[in-house]
Formats: sequence, C-alpha cells, structure tokens
Amino acid sequence: MMDKVLLGDNQFFAVNHLSDEKSREQAIRFKDDSAIIRVLDQAIEVGITTFMCTTHDRIANICDHMRANPDKYKGFKILPCLPYAHKYANAVTELGIVGTIKQYVPGNIFGTFAKGGLAYMNKDFMKLMEIFIDAELKMFKGIDTPVVFIQNVLVDMILGLKMYEVFREYDLYIRKKYNAEPGYITMNMPLLLDALNSVGIENPIICSSINKIGFRMSGGKEIYEKYLTEKTFRPVAMQVLAAGALRPKEAIEYLGKFPKIESVLFGASSKSHILETKELIEHNLKN
Amino acid sequence: MKLKAGIIGLGKMGLSHAAIVSPHPSVEMVAVCDTSSIVLDGFKKFSKVNVYHDYIKMIDTEKLDFVVIATPTRFHYKMVRYALEKGIHTFCEKPFSLTSGEGQELVNLAEQKNLVNQVGYHNHFIGTFRELKRLLQAGVLGTLVHFTGEAYGPVVTKEKGGTWRSVPEEGGGCLFDYASHVLNLVQEIVGKPVKASGSQLKRIFSKDVEDAVYSILTLESGLSGILSVNWSDETYRKMATSVTVLGKKGKIICDATEIKIYLKEADNRENLAKGWTIKYITDFAIPVNFYLRGEEYSAQIDNFVDCILKGKQTEVNTFQQGLTTDRVIELIIADSKK
Repeated sequence: MMDKVLLGDNQFFAVNHLSDEKSREQAIRFKDDSAIIRVLDQAIEVGITTFMCTTHDRIANICDHMRANPDKYKGFKILPCLPYAHKYANAVTELGIVGTIKQYVPGNIFGTFAKGGLAYMNKDFMKLMEIFIDAELKMFKGIDTPVVFIQNVLVDMILGLKMYEVFREYDLYIRKKYNAEPGYITMNMPLLLDALNSVGIENPIICSSINKIGFRMSGGKEIYEKYLTEKTFRPVAMQVLAAGALRPKEAIEYLGKFPKIESVLFGASSKSHILETKELIEHNLKN
Repeated sequence: MKLKAGIIGLGKMGLSHAAIVSPHPSVEMVAVCDTSSIVLDGFKKFSKVNVYHDYIKMIDTEKLDFVVIATPTRFHYKMVRYALEKGIHTFCEKPFSLTSGEGQELVNLAEQKNLVNQVGYHNHFIGTFRELKRLLQAGVLGTLVHFTGEAYGPVVTKEKGGTWRSVPEEGGGCLFDYASHVLNLVQEIVGKPVKASGSQLKRIFSKDVEDAVYSILTLESGLSGILSVNWSDETYRKMATSVTVLGKKGKIICDATEIKIYLKEADNRENLAKGWTIKYITDFAIPVNFYLRGEEYSAQIDNFVDCILKGKQTEVNTFQQGLTTDRVIELIIADSKK
C-alpha cells in the first residue's frame, strides 16, 4: 500500500492550472532549493512520508540534500514521475525528435547502435526507452522509490496512439531493474485501465483527476465513478480541488465515496495548509 | 461507418494529432506519413496503422476521408493542394502558408471542392478566449481604446543551430511560430489588422531568424494596439499567450487559464460587478472524450470531425482565417524592412 497522503511538487515548479500569474509568484518564492526543502521538512513534521515529484533538474539537488542527511530523511519515500516533459517538449520544437534524442540520451546512441543504419532502431526501441528511464531516474540513486510513475503527457500519447505494448515493456522494466511498482498518470483513466488490462497489466496504480465537478475527467464524471466503483485497480486521486475551484472539505469528502482510492496527491506550501489537507484525507479515505 | 484518417508529418504536433485522432469514436486512423524512419519504425513496431514515407503514395493508396497536415510550413502548400484535389477534407497546422498567393489558391480550391478546411489555431478552443470574444461582442467594455497581444516562452534560450524553425525561408522564427497565434487571436477576437508600424524583428540567440517580434497594429476599425512576442524568455515555463483589451468602460486581461475583468460600473446583463471579476478556465473548459496536453487540442479535432460528419463548414479556423493571419505576417515583415 502507498501512503494515503502524497505531497506533490507542482507548487515548487510554477505549475498552477488556474493562473499563470500565480505560477510566476511560485517561481519567485521557490527560487532557492532551501525554500523547497523547508516545505518538505514541514511536511515531515506533520507526518507526511511520501513526496511525489517530476524528474525536474532541481529535484536532483533535493535528492543530494536527502542523501547528505540520511538520519533526517529515514523512511522518507519519493515517487518519481518521469519525464519532466517541458524540457523535452521545448527541445523537440527547437531540435526535432532526432535532435532531442541526441541531446538527452547519454553517450551517442546513434554511434552505439547505428551500425546497421536506421533499421537497427526497430529492435532497439526498448533499449532506447531503458536508457531514457535510467537517465531520468539516476538522480534518485540510494533513495527509496517504491513506485515509478510515467507522466500523463507520455502515458496519454502512447494511449492515444494505441501503442499499448509500450506499457507492458515499461511495466516489466521498472519491476525488474528498479524493483519498484510501475504507476501511470493519465487524464483518460477509464480508457487507460482498459488498455493496460488488454496487455495483461492487472490491478495497476493509476493516478488521475478525480473531483466533484468532473474537471479534467475525460469522457465525463459518470464513467470515472463507474470505474472507481466497479473495476480493479489502485487509484490515486489528483486535481481533487479542480485547480482550486472546490473547497478542500467538500472536495475530499467526495473522494470518501470511493473506498478503492488508495492515495491522494496534493500540493501545498504552508505547514497549516499541509496539515489541514492531510487530516481531511485521513479522515475521509476509507481504505 | 467511421471516417478514415491519415496524418502527414509526425513531429510534436503531428504525433499529438495522431494520438487525438486515433481514439476518436467516429474515426479510424488508417495511415501515417513522415520522412523519419525512426518514427515510422515506432509505428510499425507498436501500432497497426500503415506507414508511408511519401504523402502522395499514402493519399493515392488509402481511401481517406480526411488528412491532418503537420509538416514544416513550407510543405503545406503542395500537400494541402494535393489532398484537396483528391477530394479529401484537410486540417492543416498553423501557420497556414508561407506566401499569401499560395494561401489564396488553397482557400479557393477548398471552396470550389466544398471540402471542410481548418487550421490549427487551437487557442480558439480555449474557453477563456471564447469568453473574451463573447464579452467584447456583448460590448461590456464600451468603445475600445487599446489592445495588447502577447506571447512568451522558452523555445530558444541558447545560441545554437536548430531545425527548420531556425530557417526563415521555411517558416521558422518567432513571427511564424509564436506570433502567428497572437495575431490570429487578435484578428478573430478584437479585429482584423490592416496596418503594421514600428515593427521590430529581433534576434536574441538565433543566427538566422528573429526570437522576438514587436509591432504596433492598426485594425480595420481604426483601433490600434501592441504586439509583443518573445520565444527566448526563460522566465516562462511554457508558452504563455494573453490578450488585454482596454475600453472606455473597463479592461479585460485574458490568458489560457483565467479571464480578469475590470468594470468602472456594474454590467447587470452580464452579471458582472463593479471592479474586478476573475473567472477561471474550470468554468469554461470544453468537455472532451480524450485529453492530451489541453482540451483545446481535442476540441479542435472534434469540431473538424463534426463538420465533416454534418457536411458543413467550420466557423472557427477556416483556411481563410489562416490566410488573413499570413497576410498580417507579411505586413509585419514588410514594415520591419522599412
């Protein structure tokens, strides 16, 4: 079982789905890593033990800090979400797909594999994926990472393209190499669960928007509720406040209707807010 | 019967379109086309669609109802023309054409063949911008005084070469890529620009193309405003586009996430209070069946497919509207050389 309460990292990296202006304010507030560490430490003080975060460059500094203070962060877990997509999205706009691979894959993959021309790639797609995953996860070495998520932009791209076998390969690799559970973030939960089941992935960890107003619940709230009630998977709820449109109390009470929900991901930057949300989640989640 | 679709060009936008078209309940994506073997091999290995290196072969072989063209801009003309000549409904990425002469030809051809034609200016499918348009049409700001159209983002933040986006003749540069979005928004929401003055195309890190565009635009109505666009601004995590409109009765600041309205007096028809009213995208987001990177990307494809199914023309993002933007781009380039 994952912890019921997962602290997210959007607030640290200027991600705010409601306001570009607020996101800039956050960028200013969390300019220094010490500001992030201070919030993490406050979260630990109120009893939070899991941090779910992207593979943003700055998380590497947080990981360094944790490794340097092993006693302080004993028992603290990180659930990485890869990749930090904007890095690649901006690179693809500028450099193209091949250019991006060249820039971000360590070593010269085209030199390493290119002996047979471009056809080599066909069988080496998995190798390429493994190199990407290893590069993204390198920063977490020595840190407890029981679940490794793929970000929604990638999950939903693969899902839309119906390349479901990629999920199976990812699933196998994360279990084998990292001895961790694979997790999937998506904006299309029902469709994803069907797709994962179709390639033999049973009872997957799926993190998706779950909120009372159906915000970012593609296909509609009804089918989400049906899946949450009837299907077998390990749901993690995110965007529970619908980007701030809902008050915490009513938002989290709504989650209480679905006993399968294993964890709730939320972002907050003040100790009192973290504590309040944590208590609401623990009070309402029935599992 | 499902509509049969093909995608031409599998870069960032093409892959994104493919991933949205494919799960659409009324569509079967049967083929994709790109020049990159790596990308095509990926499709061969993991998906069931037919892959092509040559768009002509794809169009001639597959019985397509529509294509999505997401290649570099310089290829749009010949690809769109070929698809239209073969009677295929066509969705083309922005910017539409490199020269307004070619663009006009395509507009005429689409009209003559009575085919659904749409350009990928996705901001029109963001609820906040739609609300801005509605409020302006309702006249909440009274007589307009000024506007500012802006977009900033971190595309080119270092000095180095790049792809076609750094080649001016191929439609690279901040004007074609970033500013076109803002020009198109201004044109459809505030009014059509007919004159550009004081235009500056500034290079910051790129060798051959501009990284920033600044210009004063005058609209058909006589209203003037400012265009300010920069894709080398790393204080932004991703592209941020906004339109601000000032009128005698107040002001509206609108971006993809929120719309901020300031009124000198309450507007009872619109139920808007005196002073500031802030509304969020959560109130305006267009519901979609599949989400990738933003509702707007699915909503624009939904609209296109819906028009084909109903045998009607789109009202949003026609080739003609894309061409209008291309003409404004030409005005700015000409003005910057003065």
